[in-house]
Amino acid sequence: MTQAQMQVSDEVAIEIRGMNKWYGQFHVLRDIELTVNRGERIVICGPSGSGKSTLIRCINALEEHQKGSIVVDGTQLTSDLKNIDTIRSEVGMCFQHFNLFPHLTILENCTLAPIWVRKIPKKEAEETAMHFLEKVKIPDQANKYPGQLSGGQQQRVAIARSLCMRPRIMLFDEPTSALDPEMIKEVLDTMIELAEEGMTMLCVTHEMGFARQVANRVIFMDAGQIVEQNEPEAFFNNPQSDRTKLFLSQILGH
Amino acid sequence: MTDTNVSFVRTEQIPPSPPPAAEAGIVKWMRENLFSSILNTVLTVIAAYVIIRLLMGIVPWFANGVWEAGSMRECRDILAGASGACFAVLVDRWDHLLFGFKYPPEAYFRIVIALVLLLVAALPVLFQTVPRKLLLFTGLYPFIAYWLIWGGSLWTPLMLLALFVLTAMVYRLIGEQISTDMRKIAAAVVGLIAGVGLAYLLFIGAGELGFIANSIGTSGALNTVAYGAFWLMSGFTYLFFIPMGIFVGYAIYNSYEGGGLVSVVTALLFLYAALTFVFGPVSDGLASVVGLELQAVASRDLGGFVLNMILGTVCVSLSIPLGIALALGRQSDMPLIKGVCVIFIEFIRGVPLITLLFVANVMLAYFMPPESNFDLVLRVIIMITAFSAAYIAEVIRGGLAALPKGQYEAADSLGLNYAQATRLIILPQALKISIPGIVNVAVGLFKDTTLVSIISMFDLVGMIRGPIQNATEWIGVYWEVYGFGAMLFFVVCYGISQYSQWLERQLQTDHH
Ligand SMILES: Nc1ncnc2c1ncn2[C@@H]1O[C@H](COP(=O)(O)OP(=O)(O)O)[C@@H](O)[C@H]1O
Ligand SMILES: [Mg+2]
Repeated sequence: MTQAQMQVSDEVAIEIRGMNKWYGQFHVLRDIELTVNRGERIVICGPSGSGKSTLIRCINALEEHQKGSIVVDGTQLTSDLKNIDTIRSEVGMCFQHFNLFPHLTILENCTLAPIWVRKIPKKEAEETAMHFLEKVKIPDQANKYPGQLSGGQQQRVAIARSLCMRPRIMLFDEPTSALDPEMIKEVLDTMIELAEEGMTMLCVTHEMGFARQVANRVIFMDAGQIVEQNEPEAFFNNPQSDRTKLFLSQILGH
Repeated sequence: MTDTNVSFVRTEQIPPSPPPAAEAGIVKWMRENLFSSILNTVLTVIAAYVIIRLLMGIVPWFANGVWEAGSMRECRDILAGASGACFAVLVDRWDHLLFGFKYPPEAYFRIVIALVLLLVAALPVLFQTVPRKLLLFTGLYPFIAYWLIWGGSLWTPLMLLALFVLTAMVYRLIGEQISTDMRKIAAAVVGLIAGVGLAYLLFIGAGELGFIANSIGTSGALNTVAYGAFWLMSGFTYLFFIPMGIFVGYAIYNSYEGGGLVSVVTALLFLYAALTFVFGPVSDGLASVVGLELQAVASRDLGGFVLNMILGTVCVSLSIPLGIALALGRQSDMPLIKGVCVIFIEFIRGVPLITLLFVANVMLAYFMPPESNFDLVLRVIIMITAFSAAYIAEVIRGGLAALPKGQYEAADSLGLNYAQATRLIILPQALKISIPGIVNVAVGLFKDTTLVSIISMFDLVGMIRGPIQNATEWIGVYWEVYGFGAMLFFVVCYGISQYSQWLERQLQTDHH
């Protein structure tokens, strides 16, 4: 399946308008405008410290923004506690360092939030968890602890853990950059499969092969701003801004 | 010159082989560990000499030990100049060492039952594999033990139990079951009561502080300092009693949306009101209908090692939850809660335990209404608990700080709320890291319970220092009784420490 065939609907999943964020005096995100339709796969790249993580962490309110608006699934993000928890349970997130819960087994990692947040009976939650663990191809590790798994396996568990909440949007923050090269592919394969099923995805990554294959839009950020965005072919073959060109030449080693 | 050996391809796999067997033998071990160098040999010889001299002194002391004698003089006669212990004192004063000298002997069996039941109640807490249903018994145990040890009417602990259950129900009712509008009304009423009540208490307290200052007087440098300090505190309290009342009352009112603070304060107010107004009459009434009495024993009649055990068990089990609450409070975003916790922890850590015990002994009586008859053992329990809770809070804070930020973020991103994230993700890991520190505090606390001997309570050390060493027949007994005391404490503390090491291994999840 090529990316052109993947469905993108007109329904808006995330709408960010004039969003600004500061860390103290430091202006991290400046006038971010971004609309993501349901089913879109967006790759965000840019130099280190450009605010990529901060941007996607604002989308599930792990960070508060100070100006502008973010609407996720029709819900406005404010500092009101109730709707923050609703948003978070609709938006899955995978971190660079997996952040699995080391004191719980793989299965317990996957069933914890469904049981406590969604109030799903334990048995049903376990069935769902096994379903997604099979999907990421590690059902046989269900009773081990995260510390006993390889990095690639842990990241796939982290993806399964998010999926168990049946999120409508998935956020990835450099999911492969803490992995050994031979494990990157297994995680990317899982993510590609997810994209093919029509999941709305925002992914911070420097895996340009993945971007070409899966993304329908690539966003380049620098110094807290969105500098350029385009379809992957155009973005890679014909970058417009000098900063993008410089970044691409560094990352692709030309 | 050409060298073709640079390229190399392995064609067959080297089969795995077992590691070389360790060379064994006692001679080899001794050569490696005791006589590996000249210095080492010299040290070994010196150590051997010291050990042998010690054994030469101690072994006959134990071997010649006299177990049957009525007094120190008889012991000496039996020993006839030879070196030997007079263990007869342990036999003679066995009951006193364990139970104190005032506890009625016919009720000893009640304490024994309470201790045996303690083991049962502790099982499900200490071992995960024990059926969880036993936890119900653990919950009931404090009330059973109270009745067994202190005696009196069974209605007292039963009523207390009922009150606690009711308090929990009030907490749930206000916190979860009523609508926000209702809660707003409740918050206004409770905030008003609590604010006015606090202001009133502070006002009275300020007066009391001044009274204490005057009764200390200014004779001597130390007294003058204390005099000044108490007047300072008094003035400070006079200055702030109204603002504090308004502030706290308003904070309670303001919490109506989330419901956390209102429900806690309402539950506490309910408990207080029920204890002061309903508790006495109802339990007296019930007792007059159906007795269910055991012979009552006053707190001041408790003593011996049992008193150490009671203080140790109660204070450890209270100070761990209190310490957790303080540690979490210290991390709180809410300045009021954070401030209270920081001040409490830092104040307690800056004061020696013995000072707190003196305060418990003398001064707490000032703050209590005269008719409340506030039990000395209870006062001591409050002080020791506060003391060790502050230390445990700091240990747990270390555990919380050691958790990677990613754990909080992962919990947040899955939609867990603060209480769920804390209980399911943060605390299990933070407590696991804190086990060695908590055990350290618990062992220290248990040994520190002997300090109560200084405020004239007759725990094990108090018994030895007082009634036993002062008895005419046992004058001069020293090593035997203190050795016995040390042994009792060692057994318990060593047991705790072994358990904690076992627990740490159990909780290890990275390699199995
Ligand atoms: N909690 C924080 N407090 C202050 N500055 C921060 C914080 N988190 C990130 N920053 C700063 O914000 C900038 C953007 O960070 P980040 O979004 O992590 O960048 P990226 O993910 O693109 O590498 C960086 O300069 C970083 O130093
Ligand atoms: Mg980043």
